[in-house]
Amino acid sequence: MQVLYFAWLRERVGAGREEIASDAPTVAALVEELRAKDERYALAFADLSAVRVAVDQEAAEFDAPLAGVRELAFFPPVTGG
Amino acid sequence: MTEPAPPTAPPTAQGPAQGPAPVVHVSVQAADFDIGAEIDRLTAGRADIGAVATFTGLVRDHAGGVPISGMELEHYPGMTEAALRAIANEALARWPLQGVTAIHRYGPLAPAARIVLVACASPHRGAAFEAAEFVMDYLKTRAPFWKKETTPEGARWVDAREADDEAAARWR
Repeated sequence: MQVLYFAWLRERVGAGREEIASDAPTVAALVEELRAKDERYALAFADLSAVRVAVDQEAAEFDAPLAGVRELAFFPPVTGG
Repeated sequence: MTEPAPPTAPPTAQGPAQGPAPVVHVSVQAADFDIGAEIDRLTAGRADIGAVATFTGLVRDHAGGVPISGMELEHYPGMTEAALRAIANEALARWPLQGVTAIHRYGPLAPAARIVLVACASPHRGAAFEAAEFVMDYLKTRAPFWKKETTPEGARWVDAREADDEAAARWR
């Protein structure tokens, strides 16, 4: 699964995109795995109220299932316009 | 990319407009845009449009009393275009529009640069004004763009504003 990070999440993780193989059943479970794996993720995901999720380019929630997902993205609330 | 709106857009009390199929034009680009040329594109080949309302967003040189020397706009390629198209189609379903244009720039932008253009065409001005406001309100809360401002103390990511969420919530 391709995992994408944008804005300050990209900066904290230190990458805009990476391939992650995981059996985590949900987005929330994957976030827990990543937090435990490395300090960079612990910092990026320190406050989940400031993080939004998209699953295969559609807005999603943290309880979204990951089975069959090709692209997962994490980013802050949007500030365009 | 320009293509006719899907004919399956849900009918509402007001829309869709009569006449040729409405046209959605969405672009996410680094380059500047020409507002006159975009109005020409929106109205080309038809004479049943009575109103075009446009909104243009610009880079301010200050934010909350802090001077801003420039900004960097990041976006999510693929999802951004789909989000803009979905918002434009939602406007077509709600108002009797003949066309919707939504253009948003990314990359480095200097103060006074144009950031975003929304243009809505309709037989009468009321729908055009309302739809343009709707598209901007949804764009600001749903399209995946992020601004990073350059200030004298360094660069900082712009925080989302509660007022933008409240503006978007009016249309539900």
